[in-house]
Amino acid sequence: MLSDVNLLGPELVLLVVGGFLLLADLFLKDRRLLMGVSVAALMGSILYSGVLLTEGHVGQQAFDGVLVVDKFAIFFQILLAAAAMVAVLVSTETLQRTPSRRGEYLALILFSTAGLQLLAGSRDLIMVFIALELTSISQYILVGFHKDRWGSEGGLKYLLTGAVASAVLLYGMAILLGLTGSTNLAEIASYIAWQGEGKEEALMLAAVFLIAGFGFKAAVAPFQMWAPDAYTGAPTPIAAYLSVASKAAAFAILIRIFFEALGDDLLAEHWKTIFAALATLSMFVGNFFALRQNNIKRMLAYSSVAQAGTLLIGLAAISADRGELLGASGILFYLAGYTVTNLAAFTVIILIANQNGGSYDIRKYAGLGKRSPWLAFVLSFALISLIGLPPTAVFFGKIYLFETAVQSGLAWLAIVGTINTVISAAYYLRPVKAMFVDSAPDEDDEQSMPRPSNSVLATMGLVTAGVLVIGLHPALLINAAEAAVAAIFS
Amino acid sequence: MDPGFPVLSLLIFLPLLGALLIVLLPGKHTPTEWLVQNAPGNAVDYPKWLALGISAGTLIIALVMFIIFDRSVSGFQFVDEFDWISAEAVGFNVKYAFGVDGLSMPLVFLTALLTVVAVLVSWRIDLRTKEYFAWLLVLETSVLGVFTSLDLIFFFLFWELELVPMFLLISIWGSGNRNYSALKFVLYTVFGSAFMLVGFLALGVAADTFDIREIRQDVLAAAFLPAPAIFAFILIAFAIKLPVVPLHTWLPDAHTDAPTAVSVMLAGVLLKMGGYGILRLLFTMMPEVGADADLALAIIGAVSIVYGAIVTIRQTDLKRLIAYSSVSHMGFVLLGVAALGTTGMSGAAMQLVTHGLITGMLFVMVGLVYDRTHTREISEMKGLMHHIPLLGIGMVFAGLAGLGLPALAGFVAEITIFLGAFASQTAPVSVALLGVLLAAAYILWALQRTFFGPRDEKWAHLPDANHWSEFTIIGALMALIVLLGVYPSIVMDLLEMGVEPIVTELEAVVSAGAGGG
Repeated sequence: MLSDVNLLGPELVLLVVGGFLLLADLFLKDRRLLMGVSVAALMGSILYSGVLLTEGHVGQQAFDGVLVVDKFAIFFQILLAAAAMVAVLVSTETLQRTPSRRGEYLALILFSTAGLQLLAGSRDLIMVFIALELTSISQYILVGFHKDRWGSEGGLKYLLTGAVASAVLLYGMAILLGLTGSTNLAEIASYIAWQGEGKEEALMLAAVFLIAGFGFKAAVAPFQMWAPDAYTGAPTPIAAYLSVASKAAAFAILIRIFFEALGDDLLAEHWKTIFAALATLSMFVGNFFALRQNNIKRMLAYSSVAQAGTLLIGLAAISADRGELLGASGILFYLAGYTVTNLAAFTVIILIANQNGGSYDIRKYAGLGKRSPWLAFVLSFALISLIGLPPTAVFFGKIYLFETAVQSGLAWLAIVGTINTVISAAYYLRPVKAMFVDSAPDEDDEQSMPRPSNSVLATMGLVTAGVLVIGLHPALLINAAEAAVAAIFS
Repeated sequence: MDPGFPVLSLLIFLPLLGALLIVLLPGKHTPTEWLVQNAPGNAVDYPKWLALGISAGTLIIALVMFIIFDRSVSGFQFVDEFDWISAEAVGFNVKYAFGVDGLSMPLVFLTALLTVVAVLVSWRIDLRTKEYFAWLLVLETSVLGVFTSLDLIFFFLFWELELVPMFLLISIWGSGNRNYSALKFVLYTVFGSAFMLVGFLALGVAADTFDIREIRQDVLAAAFLPAPAIFAFILIAFAIKLPVVPLHTWLPDAHTDAPTAVSVMLAGVLLKMGGYGILRLLFTMMPEVGADADLALAIIGAVSIVYGAIVTIRQTDLKRLIAYSSVSHMGFVLLGVAALGTTGMSGAAMQLVTHGLITGMLFVMVGLVYDRTHTREISEMKGLMHHIPLLGIGMVFAGLAGLGLPALAGFVAEITIFLGAFASQTAPVSVALLGVLLAAAYILWALQRTFFGPRDEKWAHLPDANHWSEFTIIGALMALIVLLGVYPSIVMDLLEMGVEPIVTELEAVVSAGAGGG
């Protein structure tokens, strides 16, 4: 049992350092060090995952099968820690606003990341719930971190709806436990395989509750109401973090539960319909609301709802035969591509907000192409990637997912997806147009711009390079995603 | 032809590298200022010179390829390929594969040529020149990529890539209602490519490859969509691009509001991607469906020809008039394709090339006239021939070529199409002949109202063509149009070679159908 602690390394690093940060916050005078410490912790977590991968721990179970270290979990551990690292690195400005609460902020990001990582490796419903609460509670606080009106509203909305979602999720788990007598995913699977016949309806009820619970985390319509307010109220780095990390972990656990525990053919046909319907709804709802936004954070919030819909295409496709590997690896590839791209977009938005006096109004982006051509260029590049135009990460993600849909007989879903791509182009191009085409109302007003911090600029360079590299050489990531999902579907 | 050196990749990516170079060279937003400050006494606007050098270099490569192209063997030459994504377990394989054959070689040359024209015609642009020329070169790379891709995913990639420069070029350097036009252009194209992508994926999944050379009719039995549906999906994208009535409404807007160089590229090569796609993808991969769709295509073509021509007559804006005439002229492409024979199809391909040259020239002339008169309203112009005779000659020449005057390039293409299609598509061709009549009417009438007639002293101050760049463009385009008119086989032979395999398959399909049924 004690040796299993080793397998928990990536998460433990974060939890321990997070605790240290809280303590250090009390005693340390100069808190600027703390940021470096948390970046180091996240780096350590990634390295630890790498060690687990190479040192032959792959496939081992920990704590009586509650957790598993497989390539699937490691893929997400690395992705989540990297996303958190970006969020920390771009937080300099947020932290300058509230210097005394530096440690608290950073610790909460680490706790939340550890929770999400645990979620990706959970093979037991109890563990799933604990991991989810660890991450959710940290995030509630982070969203309301600026104790202003918007922050409080967003935080409270997120907390209240999140509590309901947790309850719904717990209810679904309870039904599953009552039916099958176990919380372990493998045991649930074997129960359904042997005695599941005749209990499809009850199982479906549980499945629907689970979908609702995780759909909330992933901001899938119709469970997306919290997202726009939470994104707007939260410090922007946290909005960036929520939009990618929560989504990634939610899809990870959806794939794991639905295909490790409920993967029986008995049910698959039903979810195919549910996931396909949710995908359609999410894409349309997200895109249509995004069309009307003037605040770029709100626009990206709704766009992330639409992106969740695109990801659901993959889930719908997994349920079909032959679609398993392709669908799941498509989701992983898309998630990674979307994560990098969305982080790039948010990083630039933070930099622009620093220059614009904290404004997120798209109309205020007018003339930015002239004032700061590089920022404008990188943001345009990220937005073009989000549409799914080449040569970027999401372009291949979309082709990959749509191919999955066509492959599994859901060609109509691919058509819906591509039509939504058209709709999304209309709003993603708005900031591009504002920056490059419109001219600023007061052209010659040369304000002295605050110089952006080096860490944010370096991060911007890194994530942008990521978008381009995945777009030009997708084979690397595709192979990684394939290897990861082979752990579940083999 | 294997030169032992990835000359085709060089051709495709040279403009892109050039664009990067232009952007990365130092200087803030106006490089002129930068140079004025840094190079004493020598204020050369380097982006345009760089762009000219790079596009000319690309043209030279294209010309060399055109010359050393082996005309004795059919099939693809200068092929560069390697596996790019091979995810065997999930069946997602994409090849980096480019090559040219008789069909694409002339179009590649046309693209390289018109990019040089576009750079030269932009010589007086002074708004954000650095970005402008960079985007123009990115546009060239994307169009060259479309014409040479041998993999559906790469075809799609370049097809979409073209949107980014077009959107920015129209909406920043355009005029009038440019934002609306640019967005309309993007949304129409993305809408079409949405369906195209689904069609491609259905083909790729069924064939387990995206290689255009390997996907053939026989794999379609395994597809998840019926073959006619796939055909229709992909056709939507090409029909929007070509464009055909009623999917053409983006075109007049985009043309009217685009800067001259972009109009030249749009009419000259971007529209050709639609016609090229129909021949290269639809009829090569799905000849069976294509053979069944002949009548429908011919009717759509004839409707486009006549409707486009009628609408053209009513235009009051000279540039819009040319734009609508493109709709009419592109209808001939469909008509030629619908003939299903070597003559008709090579005529259709020829129409792509000649229309590129002629309409490219027409837009150049309209642009040069507009630079001087600052109006495009036909009613405001009168007797321009008295004041700007050189431009007038160019305009009249291009106009006559556009209406299909014998001994000029347009005539060859149209007569070939009519010859090829008359036997099999008699009714549509008869209707389409009306379009030729109307073309003569709208072009001659427009010329008469603008260039001829009494002297108007309002325009007495206009300078005639006076810059070397203008002489170069007009001279080169005139020479090529005459060359293709009197000696068409220089291109026609290549195009016939290119459509030959398509026709062979079509004939096999048709005779099998006749024998079986």
